[in-house]
Amino acid sequence: MTDPSINALAQTASLGTQTMTGSQIIWAALVREGVRIVFGYPGGAIMPAYDALPQFPELRHVLTRHEQGAAHMADGYARASGKVGVAVATSGPGATNLVTGIANAMLDSIPVVFITGQVGSRLLGTDAFQEVDITGVTLPITKHNFLVTRAEDIAPAIHKAFYIARSGRPGPVVVDITKDAQQKSASVTWNDAPVRLPGYRPEYHPRDEDYALALAMIREARQPIIFCGHGVVEANATGTLIDFVKKTDIPVAETLLGLGGFPATDSHSLGMMGMHGEEWVNTAIQDADLIIALGMRFDDRVTGNLQTYAAKAKKIHVELDPAEVNKIVKVDLALIGDAREILAHLLPDVPRQKLPDWWAQIDRNRGAAAVRDIIELPDAGRLHAAHVIHDLWRLTEGKALVVTDVGQHQMWEAQYYKHDHARRLLTSGGLGTMGFALPAAIGAKLACPDEEVWAIVGDGGIQMTQAELQTARQDSVKINVAIINNGFLGMVRQWQEFFHEGRYVCTPITSPDYVRLAEAHGLLGLRVTRRDEVAAAVAAARASPVATVIDFRVEQEDSVYPMVATGSDLADMILRPLAFDGEGTPAPTSQHNPIYQTGKDRS
Amino acid sequence: MISGDGTNGSGTSNGRPLRTFVAYVEDQPGVLNRIASLFRRRGYNIASLNVGRTHEPGTSRLTMVVEADETTACLLEANLYKLVNVISVDDITNLATVVRDLALVKVRAVGNDRADVLQIGELFRARVVDVSDETMTFEMTGTQDKIVDLLARLRPFGIVEMVQTGAIAMTRGAESRASSVAHRPSILPPPP
Repeated sequence: MTDPSINALAQTASLGTQTMTGSQIIWAALVREGVRIVFGYPGGAIMPAYDALPQFPELRHVLTRHEQGAAHMADGYARASGKVGVAVATSGPGATNLVTGIANAMLDSIPVVFITGQVGSRLLGTDAFQEVDITGVTLPITKHNFLVTRAEDIAPAIHKAFYIARSGRPGPVVVDITKDAQQKSASVTWNDAPVRLPGYRPEYHPRDEDYALALAMIREARQPIIFCGHGVVEANATGTLIDFVKKTDIPVAETLLGLGGFPATDSHSLGMMGMHGEEWVNTAIQDADLIIALGMRFDDRVTGNLQTYAAKAKKIHVELDPAEVNKIVKVDLALIGDAREILAHLLPDVPRQKLPDWWAQIDRNRGAAAVRDIIELPDAGRLHAAHVIHDLWRLTEGKALVVTDVGQHQMWEAQYYKHDHARRLLTSGGLGTMGFALPAAIGAKLACPDEEVWAIVGDGGIQMTQAELQTARQDSVKINVAIINNGFLGMVRQWQEFFHEGRYVCTPITSPDYVRLAEAHGLLGLRVTRRDEVAAAVAAARASPVATVIDFRVEQEDSVYPMVATGSDLADMILRPLAFDGEGTPAPTSQHNPIYQTGKDRS
Repeated sequence: MISGDGTNGSGTSNGRPLRTFVAYVEDQPGVLNRIASLFRRRGYNIASLNVGRTHEPGTSRLTMVVEADETTACLLEANLYKLVNVISVDDITNLATVVRDLALVKVRAVGNDRADVLQIGELFRARVVDVSDETMTFEMTGTQDKIVDLLARLRPFGIVEMVQTGAIAMTRGAESRASSVAHRPSILPPPP
């Protein structure tokens, strides 16, 4: 270790064997893994470790307001940086408060190492104060976990945890360390040699004959489509994918977590697929004769009715995790391995071609659907969430690092903020964790201090984790928070409108005055109620040295379109209502729908 | 219940195919918990499960008989491999194997029945391991179907209690299965 940022204590750690307390070993081991920032919350069973923390000045500790915040910050840090995030908590309630964040990282394959304190080893199993069997609790929501009861086992466990978390299909790893293991001393021999775990195989490579089959299928296809999933981002395969697409002229549809994995403004990008994918994207999938699915897992939000899903298409599944193959959708060929390696292997042999007929068909659908696009509708002084997000995209030139929460705003962001780079949209996809955006944005900003970070969050989600605003204040984390405030738990309200005859049960939600709330936290608060105020507010937020909260008061009963109802065929979509019929006459307004009320409508 | 000729672990349970897996796992606390948790959350049905130490220190061997079709079997194998403590997994369903269960059966044997019970036991090569005034206890080693047969014969006399292990299985021949840790093509779907 020659890293000059490492202090003397950690430096001596490179000198071979030395004696340290378990607490010192924890931090020294983290430093050796390259960790410079941890998110956490102290408590009884982790206090010995915290006591040793000041001996490691190269480690920055961010005190959160809730352990869930620490978990999401470490997650956001990992997503933004591509490195392993670290969160620390005490035993019992500290550890269980992490659980949602651990599951969130698991479902989205995010590398995070969670360090939890545990009661003394002699008290294990006695229902001691703040004892919870956290390795048992997190067993189904971690890639792996460790219970460490001896000081000498700490360093190897942490080294293995980092290796497991970041290798292969990434995921969260919990290291639960008893208090006595932290207190006792042990002689440590630091070992940077690659970890050897007899039962762990993170790397796979396709067989040559399967490559040949894939090439034959690609050459045969007349209407192929590529799916860009999260695996493209994790494999840093964007550049290779761009070359692949340039050569083959194949259109690309993205999953929610794949957005940015292929440039959204590239003419070959169709946009997001699935439940709230655009009509032309889902129609193209249903029309395709070949799907090349890269690093994605055919989530139910992507497929719709499985019986009719992409029935005409042969399917090649490029996937690192063999357990994802044939789990939901039967595929014709699986290429198991790293997406970048596989694309690079195929690239020299794929046909250099143009697919004019296929593109003409897609563009016809795109043209037909585009007139329903809310961006095309004139501004009548009203504020639609889609306008806010579209303007934010324009004003930030598409370059911001955006972190979204879960719900309508998340889908609008996916539709209207065009991401051209990987790791510039962070969102809770698999678990759909409300409350993710604010803490994850803090983690992302600390990972990428030079990036402009925007959290876009609903009025429901912000209230779940708003305490972390004070974390942003205490640690001077300059983020911008755009609250899409419609007074409803919007996505549930939308389902109630569509599928439960408009019975808005328990979805109207009040909010605090976010401007005063921001001010109470020592932050800047702004309110926007009209579209012509958006630009000034965004400019003020960008100019403000402190974190800024903007309360966007948007249309209350707006809906995300198009939508594939659960269980419907993928191309069977609830479309955006037309503002005007084909003759330019306003659509009937007897039924209240705010999307009609634009432009030529009465205001 | 398993039917078949006893040379392999295939069969059906309620009309669903049964498959036999052999796995080597690290002999560490909680490993069985991890496997049980996987089976539970993915909805795999275990017909029988046997775990025991092996001649190699630190390594346990599992024999699992599971309700699974071909696709489920591939997914199950892949999911087992994802458990860090699972060293190797082998689906030996369609291989020549030796499969054995051990059963203890306590059956009523009074008066004239005693000789008949004893004769049935001998017929099945079951050993008498305990005798009381009213019962006899047999130890029976064999395939599941033989045990089922024995039970069917003894049932008319009155079975007091019975217990059996899960199946343990080993492939025939010189080759040692379930020891290769390399990625094997069997977890790939068949080519189109």
